[in-house]
This record gives sequence, structure tokens and C-alpha cells, in this order.
Amino acid sequence: MAEEKERKGDGKHKYSIIVPTYNERLNIALIVYLIFKHLRDVDFEIIVVDDGSPDGTQEIVKQLQHLYGEDRILLRARAKKLGLGTAYIHGLKHATGDFVVIMDADLSHHPKYLPSFIKKQLETNASIVTGTRYVKGGGVHGWNLMRKLTSRGANVLAQTLLWPGVSDLTGSFRLYKKSVLEDVISSCVSKGYVFQMEMIVRATRKGYHIEEVPITFVDRVFGTSKLGGSEIVEYLKGLGYLLLTT
Amino acid sequence: MKHIVKILSLLLAVSAFWIGLLQAAIIHPGYNTWLLPIYFVVSLGCYGLLMVGLGLMQFPTCPQEALLLQHDIAEAKDFFKHKGVDVGSD
Repeated sequence: MAEEKERKGDGKHKYSIIVPTYNERLNIALIVYLIFKHLRDVDFEIIVVDDGSPDGTQEIVKQLQHLYGEDRILLRARAKKLGLGTAYIHGLKHATGDFVVIMDADLSHHPKYLPSFIKKQLETNASIVTGTRYVKGGGVHGWNLMRKLTSRGANVLAQTLLWPGVSDLTGSFRLYKKSVLEDVISSCVSKGYVFQMEMIVRATRKGYHIEEVPITFVDRVFGTSKLGGSEIVEYLKGLGYLLLTT
Repeated sequence: MKHIVKILSLLLAVSAFWIGLLQAAIIHPGYNTWLLPIYFVVSLGCYGLLMVGLGLMQFPTCPQEALLLQHDIAEAKDFFKHKGVDVGSD
């Protein structure tokens, strides 16, 4: 009965890992290798949602499918860049697991934390387990002082205004119960990282049980993408929107 | 209930309490009417700045993770070389 299913633990669970990609030819192979390395006794599938990368990402994924099996690596591509939110929705349609993990393809999210996400969820029966960079045991590498300042300032502002119930609002390394993700994603309309914020705030408002695990975040792209004034404005607009509509 | 409604209700309750105190002449109107609310707002701002400063000082960093990542990347590249998957270069 239901109790027996609970006691059987993760032998009965399948994890669908959705990885949206755009020009991640090298990184996608590395990520797949690391996922297989760290999830040896876990039933999972990797769903690569590629937005028509011109650098040959899809060719690499096909080679990986040949190596690991088409039932473990699913390539569900799209014609062009269509945004993160819709990439998750697209991936969700093909997910056969009862849990869904979302993570970035650029190796800022390290697959070695996947077991801790799974463990936390099994221990607490949480609906969502989110990775946080801002607690002891977590951390960030590759940010200068200015970046850390804006991150901290943004976080304090968001905590004061929104009472979100999590320490890392813009993080996108998360484990969801599939039904919970389907429910939350249907009510989110924002783009970019505000979308990640909206997901977790809406989940909090709906009363879902959310747990956190510390993760480390190695930012290798920060040097190339500056945090400009327009990003700050976008963030404030996002905060305002969340304040008024959640 | 929307979050903004919760916050506005809280502000309303606090304001009502403050006005109540003024009406009951527990606090004498005039100079004091605005003094405490202003102090409250300013200390809230100072608290915010303190939290930002503290957070910045205690910001967790992980330089060793970058190194570990390099090892992982080398290990993965090696694996793929032996399996004939051409991963090219970064």
C-alpha cells in the first residue's frame, strides 16, 4: 500500500534531469560524465533541451546517446532560442521520472551535489529541494567584490520585501516533485533569473515544503558578462512584480 | 492573500497603534508625532545596511572548488578520448 511504497526508498524513484543548452558543446559532455559518475545507483534520465546550437552541441549529445543509451539521455531540441521557462516546460513534457532536477549546463552547478539533493528530499519528503550558495558549506568562486556586494544587497532587499523562505532566490539548481513543478511553472510568466525567483516565491506562497542544501558555484562566465545597470533595473522591476502579484 | 496585502495590513496596524497612542494622549502630539516613526524608518534602513555589510564579510567562497572542477574536467576529457567521443576544446 502507500506506506510500503514510502519505505522502499529511492529504489522506486526516477529522476529526470532537465538541462537546457545553447552552445555547450564541451560542457554537456562533461556534465553527462559527472552525472553518471555521481549517480551510480540511481534511476535517472537526462533531458537535453537544446535551442538549435550552431556549435554542434546536438551532435555531441547524439554521440553520448550512443555511449550511454538513448533511454538515459534524451535529446529534445528546439529550433531556436526560446527562453528558459519554455525549455523547462518542453523538457517536462518528456520527463518520465517522478522527480525533476533542473540545472545549468555550464558547469556552475556541479553534479556531485545531486546525491545530497536526493538524500534531503527522501529524509524530509520535501516538495522542492533548492541549492543555496549563501550558507556555510556553500559558496561562490569567481565573483569580485562588486558582484558580491550587488548579490548581497539584492538578497537583503528581496528577503525584506518578499519573505521568500529560502536563502538563495535566484539559484537554479533545484529538485522538484514532478507534480509540484508542473503546478508552479504553469503560474509563472517572468523571464531569465526573475523566472527562477518567481518559481520559488510562488511555491512558498502555495505552501509547498521547501528544503535547502548548500552548493558551491564556480562562475566561469562572469568575466565575460558584466552586471550592468540594465540588469539591476530588471531585477528591481522583477521584485516589484513579485511583491504585487504573489 | 497576496503578500503586498499582508505587508500593507501590517503597516496599517502599526500606524493605527501609533495614532491610538497619540489620541489617548499617552504620547503627546507635536514634536514627538513624527519623531519615532522617522527613527523607526531610519533604523530599518541601518539594519538593512548592516545585514548587507555582515553578509558581504561572511560571504562564503570556495577557491578550492575551481581546482577540483579542473580535475573533474581533465578526468572527463580523458574518459571521452578513450571512448572516441570528440569533445574538442573549450
